[in-house]
Amino acid sequence: MKTVEEIKVAIEAAVPGAGVEVVQNPGPSGQHSLLLDPSHAIEVARFLRSDAELALDFLSNVTGVDWLDKEVTEKVKVTRPVTKTVDGVEQTAEETVEETRKHMVPGCLEVVYHLYSMEKKHGPLVLRMRTANRTDQVELPSLTAVWRSAEFQEREIFDLFGVVFAGHPDLRRILMWEGFKDHPMRRDYVEPDDFDYEPTAHDAVLARAKAHQAARDAAAAGQEGAGAN
Amino acid sequence: MAVDEQLKIEMAKQGIVATTLQELYNWGRRSSVWPMNFGLACCAIEMIATTMARWDMARFGAEVFRPSPRQADLLIVSGTVTKKMAPQVVRLYNQMPEPRYVIAMGACAISGGPFKQGYNVLKGIDRYIPVDVHIPGCPPRPEALLHAFIELQKRIDAQPLTGEGRPRFLDADAQGEFPVPEPGEHDLEPASNKGVWTVPVVIR
Repeated sequence: MKTVEEIKVAIEAAVPGAGVEVVQNPGPSGQHSLLLDPSHAIEVARFLRSDAELALDFLSNVTGVDWLDKEVTEKVKVTRPVTKTVDGVEQTAEETVEETRKHMVPGCLEVVYHLYSMEKKHGPLVLRMRTANRTDQVELPSLTAVWRSAEFQEREIFDLFGVVFAGHPDLRRILMWEGFKDHPMRRDYVEPDDFDYEPTAHDAVLARAKAHQAARDAAAAGQEGAGAN
Repeated sequence: MAVDEQLKIEMAKQGIVATTLQELYNWGRRSSVWPMNFGLACCAIEMIATTMARWDMARFGAEVFRPSPRQADLLIVSGTVTKKMAPQVVRLYNQMPEPRYVIAMGACAISGGPFKQGYNVLKGIDRYIPVDVHIPGCPPRPEALLHAFIELQKRIDAQPLTGEGRPRFLDADAQGEFPVPEPGEHDLEPASNKGVWTVPVVIR
Protein backbone atom coordinates (compact mmCIF):
# COMPACT_ATOMS: atom_id res chain seq x y z
CA MET A 1 0.00 0.00 0.00
CA LYS A 2 1.00 3.60 -0.49
CA THR A 3 2.49 5.40 2.51
CA VAL A 4 0.33 7.90 4.37
CA GLU A 5 2.24 10.77 2.81
CA GLU A 6 1.48 9.43 -0.69
CA ILE A 7 -2.15 8.92 0.24
CA LYS A 8 -2.28 12.51 1.52
CA VAL A 9 -1.01 13.75 -1.84
CA ALA A 10 -3.52 11.58 -3.67
CA ILE A 11 -6.39 12.89 -1.52
CA GLU A 12 -5.37 16.49 -2.06
CA ALA A 13 -5.26 15.90 -5.80
CA ALA A 14 -8.65 14.18 -5.88
CA VAL A 15 -10.57 16.37 -3.42
CA PRO A 16 -9.59 20.01 -3.85
CA GLY A 17 -9.59 22.00 -0.65
CA ALA A 18 -9.52 18.96 1.66
CA GLY A 19 -7.34 19.65 4.65
CA VAL A 20 -5.40 16.50 5.47
CA GLU A 21 -2.66 16.28 8.05
CA VAL A 22 -0.35 13.38 8.79
CA VAL A 23 -0.30 12.46 12.46
CA GLN A 24 3.00 10.74 13.19
CA ASN A 25 3.16 7.73 15.43
CA PRO A 26 6.56 7.72 17.12
CA GLY A 27 6.18 4.14 18.38
CA PRO A 28 7.94 1.12 16.88
CA SER A 29 4.88 0.22 14.81
CA GLY A 30 5.11 3.57 13.02
CA GLN A 31 1.43 3.41 12.21
CA HIS A 32 0.93 6.98 11.04
CA SER A 33 -2.56 8.27 10.50
CA LEU A 34 -4.39 10.97 8.58
CA LEU A 35 -6.27 13.74 10.34
CA LEU A 36 -9.19 14.77 8.16
CA ASP A 37 -10.95 18.08 8.02
CA PRO A 38 -14.59 17.21 8.94
CA SER A 39 -16.12 19.40 6.25
CA HIS A 40 -14.56 17.31 3.45
CA ALA A 41 -14.51 13.97 5.24
CA ILE A 42 -17.30 12.33 3.23
CA GLU A 43 -15.74 13.21 -0.14
CA VAL A 44 -12.38 11.95 1.10
CA ALA A 45 -14.00 8.73 2.36
CA ARG A 46 -15.74 8.17 -0.99
CA PHE A 47 -12.42 8.67 -2.75
CA LEU A 48 -10.59 6.23 -0.47
CA ARG A 49 -13.22 3.58 -1.03
CA SER A 50 -13.60 3.94 -4.78
CA ASP A 51 -10.04 4.75 -5.84
CA ALA A 52 -8.81 1.84 -7.97
CA GLU A 53 -5.41 1.67 -6.34
CA LEU A 54 -6.48 2.05 -2.69
CA ALA A 55 -9.93 0.37 -2.80
CA LEU A 56 -10.37 0.63 0.98
CA ASP A 57 -13.67 -1.20 1.01
CA PHE A 58 -13.69 -2.57 4.55
CA LEU A 59 -14.11 -0.48 7.69
CA SER A 60 -12.96 -2.72 10.50
CA ASN A 61 -13.14 -0.49 13.52
CA VAL A 62 -14.37 2.88 14.68
CA THR A 63 -13.38 4.15 18.09
CA GLY A 64 -13.17 7.35 20.07
CA VAL A 65 -10.58 9.23 22.07
CA ASP A 66 -11.21 11.94 24.62
CA TRP A 67 -8.49 14.56 24.75
CA LEU A 68 -8.71 16.83 27.77
CA ASP A 69 -7.48 20.42 27.79
CA LYS A 70 -3.81 20.30 28.58
CA GLU A 71 -1.08 22.77 29.37
CA VAL A 72 1.98 22.32 27.22
CA THR A 73 5.35 23.55 28.41
CA GLU A 74 7.92 23.93 25.70
CA LYS A 75 11.35 25.45 25.47
CA VAL A 76 11.74 27.84 22.58
CA LYS A 77 14.97 29.37 21.34
CA VAL A 78 14.47 33.08 20.86
CA THR A 79 16.93 35.38 19.10
CA ARG A 80 16.90 38.92 20.34
CA PRO A 81 19.15 41.96 19.89
CA VAL A 82 21.34 42.74 22.88
CA THR A 83 23.27 45.96 23.34
CA LYS A 84 26.70 45.50 24.80
CA THR A 85 29.52 47.87 25.51
CA VAL A 86 32.83 46.44 24.35
CA ASP A 87 35.95 48.62 24.76
CA GLY A 88 33.87 51.73 25.25
CA VAL A 89 32.04 51.19 21.95
CA GLU A 90 28.37 50.28 21.96
CA GLN A 91 27.62 47.26 19.82
CA THR A 92 24.39 45.52 18.98
CA ALA A 93 24.64 41.78 18.74
CA GLU A 94 22.16 38.97 18.26
CA GLU A 95 21.85 36.55 21.12
CA THR A 96 19.98 33.26 21.34
CA VAL A 97 18.19 32.66 24.62
CA GLU A 98 16.12 29.68 25.67
CA GLU A 99 12.70 30.59 26.96
CA THR A 100 10.07 28.42 28.61
CA ARG A 101 6.61 29.06 27.31
CA LYS A 102 3.34 27.62 28.48
CA HIS A 103 0.17 27.47 26.50
CA MET A 104 -3.12 25.59 26.67
CA VAL A 105 -4.01 23.07 24.02
CA PRO A 106 -7.80 22.90 23.96
CA GLY A 107 -9.34 19.47 24.36
CA CYS A 108 -11.44 17.71 21.77
CA LEU A 109 -13.16 14.46 21.01
CA GLU A 110 -11.50 12.36 18.37
CA VAL A 111 -12.96 9.58 16.25
CA VAL A 112 -10.62 7.01 14.72
CA TYR A 113 -11.49 4.81 11.71
CA HIS A 114 -9.43 1.76 10.68
CA LEU A 115 -9.74 0.89 7.00
CA TYR A 116 -8.63 -2.19 5.09
CA SER A 117 -9.00 -3.37 1.54
CA MET A 118 -10.52 -6.80 0.96
CA GLU A 119 -9.91 -6.50 -2.75
CA LYS A 120 -6.24 -5.48 -2.59
CA LYS A 121 -5.56 -7.25 0.71
CA HIS A 122 -3.86 -4.28 2.27
CA GLY A 123 -4.32 -1.98 5.21
CA PRO A 124 -4.83 -0.61 7.70
CA LEU A 125 -5.20 3.05 6.96
CA VAL A 126 -6.04 5.03 10.08
CA LEU A 127 -8.23 8.10 9.74
CA ARG A 128 -8.95 10.58 12.50
CA MET A 129 -11.42 13.40 12.88
CA ARG A 130 -11.59 15.87 15.72
CA THR A 131 -14.43 17.96 17.10
CA ALA A 132 -13.95 21.66 17.78
CA ASN A 133 -14.26 21.20 21.55
CA ARG A 134 -15.55 18.77 24.14
CA THR A 135 -18.72 20.58 25.21
CA ASP A 136 -21.03 22.13 22.64
CA GLN A 137 -19.40 21.75 19.23
CA VAL A 138 -19.23 17.98 19.11
CA GLU A 139 -20.62 17.35 15.66
CA LEU A 140 -18.79 15.29 13.07
CA PRO A 141 -20.01 13.90 9.74
CA SER A 142 -21.14 10.29 9.79
CA LEU A 143 -19.34 7.94 7.43
CA THR A 144 -22.18 5.39 7.55
CA ALA A 145 -23.19 6.43 4.04
CA VAL A 146 -19.80 5.28 2.77
CA TRP A 147 -19.16 2.24 4.97
CA ARG A 148 -22.34 0.65 6.31
CA SER A 149 -20.41 -1.07 9.11
CA ALA A 150 -19.87 2.31 10.76
CA GLU A 151 -23.51 2.49 11.82
CA PHE A 152 -23.43 0.61 15.13
CA GLN A 153 -19.92 1.73 16.01
CA GLU A 154 -20.80 5.37 15.52
CA ARG A 155 -23.83 4.83 17.71
CA GLU A 156 -21.53 3.38 20.36
CA ILE A 157 -19.28 6.44 20.17
CA PHE A 158 -22.32 8.70 20.37
CA ASP A 159 -23.39 6.76 23.46
CA LEU A 160 -20.08 6.55 25.29
CA PHE A 161 -18.27 9.73 24.16
CA GLY A 162 -21.09 12.02 23.11
CA VAL A 163 -19.95 12.74 19.56
CA VAL A 164 -22.95 13.69 17.44
CA PHE A 165 -22.72 12.21 13.94
CA ALA A 166 -24.46 14.39 11.39
CA GLY A 167 -26.22 12.36 8.70
CA HIS A 168 -26.34 9.15 10.72
CA PRO A 169 -29.52 7.20 9.83
CA ASP A 170 -30.41 6.11 13.37
CA LEU A 171 -28.47 7.95 16.05
CA ARG A 172 -29.65 6.46 19.35
CA ARG A 173 -27.83 5.15 22.39
CA ILE A 174 -26.82 1.54 21.85
CA LEU A 175 -25.38 0.27 25.17
CA MET A 176 -26.85 2.55 27.82
CA TRP A 177 -30.56 3.18 28.08
CA GLU A 178 -32.59 6.06 26.66
CA GLY A 179 -32.70 8.83 29.24
CA PHE A 180 -29.16 8.19 30.47
CA LYS A 181 -27.40 11.55 30.59
CA ASP A 182 -23.66 10.81 30.89
CA HIS A 183 -21.01 9.62 28.49
CA PRO A 184 -19.14 6.94 30.47
CA MET A 185 -15.98 6.73 28.37
CA ARG A 186 -15.18 10.42 28.75
CA ARG A 187 -12.22 11.03 31.00
CA ASP A 188 -14.19 13.34 33.31
CA TYR A 189 -17.03 10.84 33.84
CA VAL A 190 -17.82 10.33 37.50
CA GLU A 191 -19.64 7.10 38.27
CA PRO A 192 -22.64 7.20 40.64
CA ASP A 193 -21.77 7.28 44.33
CA ASP A 194 -22.59 3.63 44.99
CA PHE A 195 -19.78 2.53 47.31
CA ASP A 196 -21.76 1.13 50.23
CA TYR A 197 -20.15 -2.26 50.11
CA GLU A 198 -16.57 -2.54 48.89
CA PRO A 199 -14.96 -5.46 50.73
CA THR A 200 -11.81 -5.62 48.59
CA ALA A 201 -11.34 -1.98 47.60
CA HIS A 202 -7.96 -0.59 46.65
CA ASP A 203 -6.49 2.48 44.94
CA ALA A 204 -9.09 4.82 43.45
CA VAL A 205 -11.99 2.66 44.59
CA LEU A 206 -10.68 2.65 48.15
CA ALA A 207 -10.49 6.47 48.10
CA ARG A 208 -14.07 6.69 46.79
CA ALA A 209 -15.29 4.13 49.34
CA LYS A 210 -13.64 6.03 52.22
CA ALA A 211 -15.11 9.35 51.06
CA HIS A 212 -18.53 7.73 50.76
CA GLN A 213 -18.23 6.23 54.24
CA ALA A 214 -17.11 9.58 55.71
CA ALA A 215 -20.08 11.35 54.11
CA ARG A 216 -22.45 8.71 55.48
CA ASP A 217 -20.96 8.95 58.97
CA ALA A 218 -21.22 12.75 58.88
CA ALA A 219 -24.86 12.53 57.77
CA ALA A 220 -25.61 10.01 60.54
CA ALA A 221 -23.88 12.21 63.15
CA GLY A 222 -25.82 15.24 61.93
CA GLN A 223 -29.11 13.36 62.27
CA GLU A 224 -28.22 12.21 65.77
CA GLY A 225 -27.30 15.77 66.74
CA ALA A 226 -30.61 17.05 65.38
CA GLY A 227 -32.43 14.33 67.30
CA ALA A 228 -30.71 15.27 70.57
CA ASN A 229 -31.65 18.91 70.15
CA MET B 1 -46.01 -35.27 66.19
CA ALA B 2 -42.31 -35.91 65.76
CA VAL B 3 -41.18 -39.47 65.34
CA ASP B 4 -37.80 -40.46 66.66
CA GLU B 5 -35.30 -40.60 63.78
CA GLN B 6 -33.81 -43.93 64.90
CA LEU B 7 -37.25 -45.46 65.26
CA LYS B 8 -38.19 -44.32 61.79
CA ILE B 9 -35.15 -46.06 60.29
CA GLU B 10 -35.98 -49.21 62.24
CA MET B 11 -39.58 -49.12 61.01
CA ALA B 12 -38.47 -48.55 57.42
CA LYS B 13 -36.45 -51.78 57.63
CA GLN B 14 -39.69 -53.52 58.52
CA GLY B 15 -41.46 -51.97 55.55
CA ILE B 16 -43.33 -49.32 57.48
CA VAL B 17 -42.83 -45.75 56.36
CA ALA B 18 -43.62 -43.05 58.91
CA THR B 19 -43.60 -39.48 57.72
CA THR B 20 -45.12 -36.09 58.30
CA LEU B 21 -47.05 -33.95 55.90
CA GLN B 22 -44.21 -31.44 55.97
CA GLU B 23 -41.60 -34.02 55.01
CA LEU B 24 -43.73 -35.45 52.24
CA TYR B 25 -44.58 -32.03 50.90
CA ASN B 26 -40.98 -30.81 50.97
CA TRP B 27 -39.76 -34.06 49.40
CA GLY B 28 -42.12 -33.44 46.53
CA ARG B 29 -41.09 -29.82 46.17
CA ARG B 30 -37.36 -30.41 46.26
CA SER B 31 -37.40 -33.41 43.94
CA SER B 32 -38.93 -31.57 41.04
CA VAL B 33 -37.47 -28.10 40.70
CA TRP B 34 -38.02 -26.53 37.31
CA PRO B 35 -35.32 -24.00 36.51
CA MET B 36 -35.92 -21.21 34.06
CA ASN B 37 -34.25 -21.40 30.67
CA PHE B 38 -32.45 -18.09 31.10
CA GLY B 39 -28.76 -17.34 30.59
CA LEU B 40 -26.98 -14.02 30.83
CA ALA B 41 -23.29 -14.54 30.05
CA CYS B 42 -20.51 -17.11 30.05
CA CYS B 43 -21.84 -18.79 33.24
CA ALA B 44 -24.84 -19.82 31.15
CA ILE B 45 -22.54 -22.08 29.11
CA GLU B 46 -21.58 -23.90 32.30
CA MET B 47 -25.23 -24.06 33.29
CA ILE B 48 -26.03 -25.68 29.94
CA ALA B 49 -23.15 -28.13 30.42
CA THR B 50 -24.59 -29.03 33.82
CA THR B 51 -27.84 -30.12 32.22
CA MET B 52 -26.10 -32.22 29.56
CA ALA B 53 -25.04 -35.86 29.68
CA ARG B 54 -21.70 -35.50 31.48
CA TRP B 55 -23.04 -33.79 34.62
CA ASP B 56 -26.71 -34.52 34.11
CA MET B 57 -28.65 -32.30 36.45
CA ALA B 58 -31.67 -34.55 35.82
CA ARG B 59 -30.24 -36.89 38.49
CA PHE B 60 -31.42 -34.33 41.04
CA GLY B 61 -34.81 -33.73 39.52
CA ALA B 62 -34.12 -30.48 37.69
CA GLU B 63 -34.04 -31.46 34.07
CA VAL B 64 -37.04 -29.52 32.85
CA PHE B 65 -35.73 -26.09 31.91
CA ARG B 66 -38.81 -24.01 31.25
CA PRO B 67 -38.72 -21.30 28.62
CA SER B 68 -41.29 -19.21 30.50
CA PRO B 69 -41.08 -17.67 33.97
CA ARG B 70 -44.69 -18.64 34.58
CA GLN B 71 -43.79 -22.34 34.57
CA ALA B 72 -40.49 -22.10 36.42
CA ASP B 73 -39.65 -22.10 40.10
CA LEU B 74 -35.88 -21.66 40.07
CA LEU B 75 -34.13 -18.64 38.58
CA ILE B 76 -30.43 -19.29 37.99
CA VAL B 77 -28.88 -15.84 37.48
CA SER B 78 -26.03 -17.09 35.35
CA GLY B 79 -23.71 -14.25 34.49
CA THR B 80 -23.12 -10.53 34.47
CA VAL B 81 -26.22 -8.49 35.21
CA THR B 82 -25.84 -5.19 33.42
CA LYS B 83 -27.77 -2.19 34.65
CA LYS B 84 -29.77 -2.30 31.45
CA MET B 85 -30.71 -5.96 32.07
CA ALA B 86 -31.39 -5.73 35.83
CA PRO B 87 -34.99 -4.42 35.51
CA GLN B 88 -35.78 -7.32 33.17
CA VAL B 89 -34.33 -9.87 35.62
CA VAL B 90 -36.49 -8.46 38.42
CA ARG B 91 -39.50 -8.45 36.13
CA LEU B 92 -38.93 -12.11 35.21
CA TYR B 93 -38.60 -12.97 38.89
CA ASN B 94 -41.87 -11.17 39.56
CA GLN B 95 -43.58 -13.24 36.87
CA MET B 96 -42.54 -16.54 38.45
CA PRO B 97 -45.20 -18.18 40.60
CA GLU B 98 -44.46 -19.21 44.17
CA PRO B 99 -42.63 -21.23 45.37
CA ARG B 100 -39.63 -19.67 43.67
CA TYR B 101 -35.95 -19.76 44.40
CA VAL B 102 -32.88 -17.95 43.13
CA ILE B 103 -29.33 -19.20 42.65
CA ALA B 104 -26.83 -16.41 41.94
CA MET B 105 -24.23 -18.15 39.83
CA GLY B 106 -20.72 -16.79 39.48
CA ALA B 107 -18.74 -13.77 40.60
CA CYS B 108 -20.71 -11.30 38.47
CA ALA B 109 -24.15 -12.33 39.67
CA ILE B 110 -23.12 -12.26 43.34
CA SER B 111 -21.12 -9.03 43.36
CA GLY B 112 -20.41 -7.64 39.90
CA GLY B 113 -17.22 -9.69 39.73
CA PRO B 114 -14.39 -8.34 37.60
CA PHE B 115 -16.75 -5.69 36.22
CA LYS B 116 -17.81 -4.41 39.63
CA GLN B 117 -16.38 -0.92 39.08
CA GLY B 118 -17.75 -0.66 35.55
CA TYR B 119 -20.30 2.02 34.78
CA ASN B 120 -22.82 -0.48 33.45
CA VAL B 121 -22.72 -3.50 35.77
CA LEU B 122 -24.94 -4.17 38.75
CA LYS B 123 -22.98 -4.94 41.91
CA GLY B 124 -24.84 -8.18 42.62
CA ILE B 125 -28.40 -9.27 41.85
CA ASP B 126 -29.12 -9.66 45.59
CA ARG B 127 -29.61 -5.88 45.66
CA TYR B 128 -33.03 -6.34 44.08
CA ILE B 129 -34.25 -9.91 44.63
CA PRO B 130 -33.75 -12.38 47.48
CA VAL B 131 -31.04 -14.93 46.65
CA ASP B 132 -31.11 -18.38 48.23
CA VAL B 133 -27.69 -19.71 47.21
CA HIS B 134 -24.62 -17.77 46.05
CA ILE B 135 -21.91 -19.65 44.12
CA PRO B 136 -18.55 -17.98 43.60
CA GLY B 137 -16.37 -18.81 40.61
CA CYS B 138 -15.61 -17.32 37.25
CA PRO B 139 -17.38 -19.28 35.92
CA PRO B 140 -18.20 -21.91 38.57
CA ARG B 141 -17.63 -25.50 37.51
CA PRO B 142 -20.74 -27.58 36.79
CA GLU B 143 -19.97 -29.44 40.03
CA ALA B 144 -20.30 -26.13 41.86
CA LEU B 145 -23.71 -25.53 40.31
CA LEU B 146 -24.77 -29.05 41.31
CA HIS B 147 -23.50 -28.35 44.82
CA ALA B 148 -25.51 -25.13 44.92
CA PHE B 149 -28.55 -27.03 43.72
CA ILE B 150 -28.12 -29.69 46.43
CA GLU B 151 -27.76 -26.90 49.00
CA LEU B 152 -31.01 -25.42 47.72
CA GLN B 153 -32.69 -28.82 48.07
CA LYS B 154 -31.46 -29.01 51.67
CA ARG B 155 -32.96 -25.58 52.30
CA ILE B 156 -36.28 -26.61 50.82
CA ASP B 157 -36.22 -29.81 52.89
CA ALA B 158 -35.59 -27.89 56.09
CA GLN B 159 -38.34 -25.33 55.53
CA PRO B 160 -41.19 -25.57 58.07
CA LEU B 161 -44.68 -25.18 56.63
CA THR B 162 -46.00 -23.14 59.52
CA GLY B 163 -44.66 -20.49 61.83
CA GLU B 164 -41.44 -18.54 61.50
CA GLY B 165 -39.39 -19.22 58.37
CA ARG B 166 -42.23 -20.76 56.35
CA PRO B 167 -42.16 -20.37 52.57
CA ARG B 168 -43.39 -17.07 51.19
CA PHE B 169 -46.41 -18.60 49.49
CA LEU B 170 -47.73 -19.87 52.81
CA ASP B 171 -47.31 -16.47 54.42
CA ALA B 172 -50.18 -14.13 53.57
CA ASP B 173 -48.22 -11.04 54.66
CA ALA B 174 -45.08 -11.84 52.66
CA GLN B 175 -44.04 -9.56 49.87
CA GLY B 176 -44.99 -11.06 46.54
CA GLU B 177 -43.89 -8.49 44.03
CA PHE B 178 -40.51 -6.84 44.09
CA PRO B 179 -40.12 -3.27 42.82
CA VAL B 180 -38.54 -3.08 39.39
CA PRO B 181 -35.73 -0.50 39.30
CA GLU B 182 -36.21 2.37 36.88
CA PRO B 183 -33.41 3.44 34.54
CA GLY B 184 -32.51 6.93 35.75
CA GLU B 185 -30.35 9.73 34.40
CA HIS B 186 -27.13 8.45 35.98
CA ASP B 187 -27.92 5.07 37.55
CA LEU B 188 -30.75 2.69 38.30
CA GLU B 189 -33.29 4.14 40.71
CA PRO B 190 -33.25 2.99 43.43
CA ALA B 191 -29.69 1.64 43.52
CA SER B 192 -30.84 -1.23 45.72
CA ASN B 193 -34.04 -2.56 47.29
CA LYS B 194 -33.67 -1.67 50.96
CA GLY B 195 -36.18 -4.35 51.97
CA VAL B 196 -34.11 -7.08 50.35
CA TRP B 197 -30.52 -5.93 50.69
CA THR B 198 -28.80 -4.33 53.63
CA VAL B 199 -25.16 -3.29 53.52
CA PRO B 200 -23.16 -6.27 54.79
CA VAL B 201 -20.83 -5.62 57.71
CA VAL B 202 -17.20 -6.05 56.71
CA ILE B 203 -15.07 -7.59 59.46
CA ARG B 204 -11.42 -6.61 59.07
